[in-house]
Amino acid sequence: MRTGKTLEGQDTITGHAGFAHERRTGEDIVVLTGYWTLRGLGDRIPALARALKPYAARSEVHWDLTRLAAVDSVGALVLRRIHHEQRPAHWAIRPEHAALFRRWYGVEIPAQPPRRLPPLPLQVATRYARGALDQSRAVITLIGQFVLDTGAILRDPIHAPWADISATIYESGARALGITALVGSLVGIVMSYLSALELRAFGAPSYIVNILGISILRELGPLLAAILVAGRSGSAMTAELGVMSVTEELDALAAMGVSRSMRLVLPKIVALAIVVPLLVAWTDIIGLTAGMITAHLILGVGIKDFLLSIPGSVPVINPVLGLIKGVVFGVVIAVVASHFGLRVKPNTQSLAEETTNSVVTSITMMIFVDAMFAIAFRSVGLP
Amino acid sequence: MSGAVVALEHVSTAFHGHVIHEDISLTVNRKDILGLVGGSGSGKTTLMREMVGLMQPTSGRVRLFGAPLDALPDARLAALRNRCGVLFQAGALFSALTVFENIAFPLREVRTIDQSFIRDLVYMKLALVGLDSRVAVRLPAELSGGMIKRVALARALALEPELLFLDEPTSGLDAVTAETFVDSIASLQSELGFTVVVVTHDLDLVHDLCSQLAILADRRLVAHGPPQEVMRSAHPFVQSLRTSIRGQRVFGAMSYP
Repeated sequence: MRTGKTLEGQDTITGHAGFAHERRTGEDIVVLTGYWTLRGLGDRIPALARALKPYAARSEVHWDLTRLAAVDSVGALVLRRIHHEQRPAHWAIRPEHAALFRRWYGVEIPAQPPRRLPPLPLQVATRYARGALDQSRAVITLIGQFVLDTGAILRDPIHAPWADISATIYESGARALGITALVGSLVGIVMSYLSALELRAFGAPSYIVNILGISILRELGPLLAAILVAGRSGSAMTAELGVMSVTEELDALAAMGVSRSMRLVLPKIVALAIVVPLLVAWTDIIGLTAGMITAHLILGVGIKDFLLSIPGSVPVINPVLGLIKGVVFGVVIAVVASHFGLRVKPNTQSLAEETTNSVVTSITMMIFVDAMFAIAFRSVGLP
Repeated sequence: MSGAVVALEHVSTAFHGHVIHEDISLTVNRKDILGLVGGSGSGKTTLMREMVGLMQPTSGRVRLFGAPLDALPDARLAALRNRCGVLFQAGALFSALTVFENIAFPLREVRTIDQSFIRDLVYMKLALVGLDSRVAVRLPAELSGGMIKRVALARALALEPELLFLDEPTSGLDAVTAETFVDSIASLQSELGFTVVVVTHDLDLVHDLCSQLAILADRRLVAHGPPQEVMRSAHPFVQSLRTSIRGQRVFGAMSYP
């Protein structure tokens, strides 16, 4: 007969955990019912623990676990906590649960290992300094190895990784023609339109040729093409090398006696050194054409006049300087991408971090290099 | 059958016109340990992925705990998956999380268990699979192959699954580690009473662990039943399995008519 209190909703059909208090022949018996499982307990663990605490404090109480519909390690752990890690003096369990309870009451819960302390400021500083030193050493090694590999290729051109170079040229160059054309033409239109408003006010529409020619050929074309390549190909190269290191493909190459700098780094540097200036030329042409058409529509500058006055108003050193910058940008992108790609550690977070680092660093580096060029050639090719 | 935990009904699978399974029907009952055996490329893992609902068969139907997987709303499917644990072949531990966080992850998703409880459960699970608690702070990249499998098993068991899928649990483990790993799965199964589907080609594992054996060959299920019976099958693949040196060693004590 049942005299004690019950927790509501303890019916076993819905699968909830519950208990009942019974008195039989002068003994207090706590009968656990229902599903003492992760799902059966759900959010009622605190309520059950509170309700059962008074019984657990009395050692003469009998615990009847034979009517449990199911119990798993979560249920066993809850019981163990209610019983203060001690097996109750009187309890009845089903034989098939014996092993489970033996394990869960017998096992000592290991203490949590000490947390790693947060580093001191000095430790952080030395870590950064060491990191910077480490990175510069790695970059210098990378470039040095590239020089050595180039030497080897010049001595033995047949065994150069021509197929890889050609594949990279196609991947980073041919497939980037669309996006560079789109961006180039938009920038050409914007430049032309904004300058046209100003020039019309001054009544000097023919200067549009100088403005567009110098700004696009010298500055915008190279920078836009290179930024697009850094975003498209630089990130892809870093991710590719990173995944290769995660999947041990780099080690496989090394084990076959294939130099990874020769097979993976050199083709990227050579291909981008070839392809970025070509993309620069392409962006220049598209940008200038778009600017010219806009100027024709807004200022009424004749297409023929525009084309004929380019040689006179834009010194030839400007497009040449743009192409040279393209070569340098290509090398920067490839070196930065390879450097960060080879630094990827075998986890997803590191892959994401280094890919971001690669793109951010190569764009920053390019703008830095561009500024150096601007200073070094400040007296060349400008009217 | 209503008592079946997993039921495949006339399942066929084809990738780009290449047929992998043809008309496979199979049921796994409660507390069974089913070994899914077949040659490389026989689609064992694909069949397992279809059972978990990670892939849809081209035709036929998969029932998980009696519910047809192809006709379930996402919420129901998620609830069903919650009752399954999967041990992936390479462990599939979250590489950016520590061992502790990996095992705690599914527990945190439940949202009804408090932090100190999660902590105790994680350390208990680690002990359950035979790992030292100091492993908890390591990242998956700092673990050996055997440890990765153990951590992955602990994670698969975190939500107290009723159904555990194991994909090649012993591949890449040395003989001793493999044996203790299989032993711990067997003892956990007898304690917790879950159902197991294990994809393998390790005959020792089949012999030591499985209560049921299903053999995939030539795109079909060629034999299914208790291992001793299945190994008597006359199908050429089973025969070659039986007469292989390993087969002889593992099942050699059996007598064949």
